[in-house]
Amino acid sequence: MIWNESKECMSRDEMQALQSKRLVKAVNRVYHNVEYYRKKMQALGIEPGDIKGIEDITKLPYTTKDDLRDTYPFGLFAAPQSEIVRVHASSGTTGKATVVGYTRKDIDIWSECVARCLAGAGVTSQDTIQIAYGYGLFTGGLGAHYGAENLGATVVPMSTGNTKKLTTMMKDFGVTAIACTPSYLLHIAETLEENGDLDKIKLKAAICGAEPWTEQMRLQVEEKLGINAFDIYGLSEIMGPGVACDCIYHKGLHVHEDHFYPEIVSADTLEPVADGETGELVFTTLTKEGIPLIRYRTKDLTSITREKCECGRTTARISRFKGRSDDMLIIRGVNVFPSQIEAALLEMGGTTPYYMMIVDRVNNLDTLEVQVEVEERFFSDEIRELENLTKKIAHVIQQAIGLAVKVKLVEPHSLERSMGKAVHVIDKRKLV
Amino acid sequence: MYIKQLSIFIENKAGRLEDMLSILKDNGINLVSLSLADTSDYGVLRLLVSDPEKGKAALKEAGVSCRTTDVLAVKLAHKVGQLQELLEIICKAEINIEYMYALATGKDDASIVLKTSDIARAADLLEKAGASFVTQAELANI
Repeated sequence: MIWNESKECMSRDEMQALQSKRLVKAVNRVYHNVEYYRKKMQALGIEPGDIKGIEDITKLPYTTKDDLRDTYPFGLFAAPQSEIVRVHASSGTTGKATVVGYTRKDIDIWSECVARCLAGAGVTSQDTIQIAYGYGLFTGGLGAHYGAENLGATVVPMSTGNTKKLTTMMKDFGVTAIACTPSYLLHIAETLEENGDLDKIKLKAAICGAEPWTEQMRLQVEEKLGINAFDIYGLSEIMGPGVACDCIYHKGLHVHEDHFYPEIVSADTLEPVADGETGELVFTTLTKEGIPLIRYRTKDLTSITREKCECGRTTARISRFKGRSDDMLIIRGVNVFPSQIEAALLEMGGTTPYYMMIVDRVNNLDTLEVQVEVEERFFSDEIRELENLTKKIAHVIQQAIGLAVKVKLVEPHSLERSMGKAVHVIDKRKLV
Repeated sequence: MYIKQLSIFIENKAGRLEDMLSILKDNGINLVSLSLADTSDYGVLRLLVSDPEKGKAALKEAGVSCRTTDVLAVKLAHKVGQLQELLEIICKAEINIEYMYALATGKDDASIVLKTSDIARAADLLEKAGASFVTQAELANI
C-alpha cells in the first residue's frame, strides 16, 4: 500500500520543483538561525540568495559528524528551545555524543515517513506491531513507535532484551508485524524454532534496520518465518529510521526525498557521481526545523536510481549499502568507532595500550571482544589483579560505547601490526 | 631474607611457555622452582631462578611483560604439621596469602614460597618464631 500517493508518486518535475522551493527555505533558515552555518557559508562567499533551486545545492558546504561534535550539544539547532519537544543522541566519534533535536512538526514528519515505510511493508491499522528496537536516546524505538501509531496499528512497545517475553506476546497477542534489527529478528526466529512455535505465530512482515544485513540474510529470515522482510534506513542526524525503506519489489530503498534530498558523491573528491555509480550518500534535510543539516555526509556507500519503481512510487531509490567510507562499526544496532575504544583505554592512564576489536556474530547476535596487550605497567603477578584490570577495562569501554564487551588480555606485541595506518578492527561478520 | 621471583605474563596459546623458557635457557639462567597460575585466556608464570635480574632483562629485550616480585622462601623440616604451624602464625596476624608453592632445596628439608599481603610483617613474625629463609645467594648455587 502507498501511504501518501501525492508525494510518493509525484512526477520528477513536480518533485524537483518541491525540493527547490524547500531547499531555498531550508538554506534561509540555517543562514539566519545557525551562526555556525552562516559563518561556513560566508567563508565560501555564499548568501541565501545564491541558492535558487535544487540544482544550486552543490554550491553549499558539506556537514560532517565533526561539525556536530564541534557545536555540541545544541550549536546546530535552528529552533529556540521552547519549540524543541524532544532530543535524541547517538555515538560521536569520540567521547561526546551527537545530539539532535525535534520540533513538534519534525516529529510529525518523522511519523509520516515511518508510516510510509510501514504501509509499503503492508502494515495497516488492522495490524499489531511489536517495536523491538531500544527505546531511549536511540532513535529506533520511539521513531518506529510514533510512525506505527500514526498509521493506526496497535503498538506493542517491547524494546529489546527479553526475547522470551517477546515471543510469548507474539503468540498470545497475534502480532502480525515487527520492527527490530535484522540480527535480532534472526535470533527471534531461532528462539521460536527451538520452542516449536514457528507455526503458532501470525507474523507477516518485519521492518528491519539500524544495522547492515545481506540480501541472503533477508531471504533466510523470510523463509524461516514465512513473512516479508523489509529494509528500513535512517540515521539520527537526518531524522532516525524511516529516511528510506524498500518496497515489496526489493529493488532499492525508496528515499523520502520530499523531506531528505539525497546526493551521491565521490568519497575522495566529494564531486557528485552519476546515477548508478557508487559513492558516499549525502543528505540535505528539506523540511527539518530542529536541526536542519545541509549536505550531511553519511559515510555510507551506495548508488542511486531515479527510475520509477514497479510498485508505482517515483521516489529515488538507493541500493543496498556497500560499506562505509569511515571506520564506524554497527554492532547490535549501536554505532561504534574505534576512536571511542581508544579514548576509553586512554582513561586507564598514560598512553593507549595496543588493542584490537574482534567483531563477530554468534547465533545471529553481534559480539565484541577487545583484546588488549598487557604492557609491563599493567602487569601484576597476581591473577586477582589481572582480573580486576580486565573488569576495569570492560567497564570503561562499556561506559563509552554502551555495549557489553569481552576483554581479553594478550601478550605485548602479539596483535598484528599493519604497515601504514593502524588497523584496530577485525570484523568476522559477513555483511556485504 | 626476601628473594626475587620472576613473574611472566603468558597467553594461553600453544608454545608460549616453551618460548619463554628458551629465552631463559639461551641466557644461561637456571630454574629452581616454578608455579603457573592460569585462567582460560592467560596465565602468570612465577619462577625462582639463578639470576632474576638477568632473566628479566633478557625477557624484556624479547618484548615480554614481566616483573620481579619480593617473596619469602621459608625452610621447612620434613615433619608432620610444619606448614600448618607456619600458616597459623601468618593467619593469626590477619595477613593474607596471595599465593604459595613448593621449592625443593635438598634431601633433608623443603621450602615453601610465599607471597603475602604484608611481606615485611610476615617475615618478622616468622623470624621471631624461629623460621629460617632461603636466600638469593643459595638460589644462585642450586
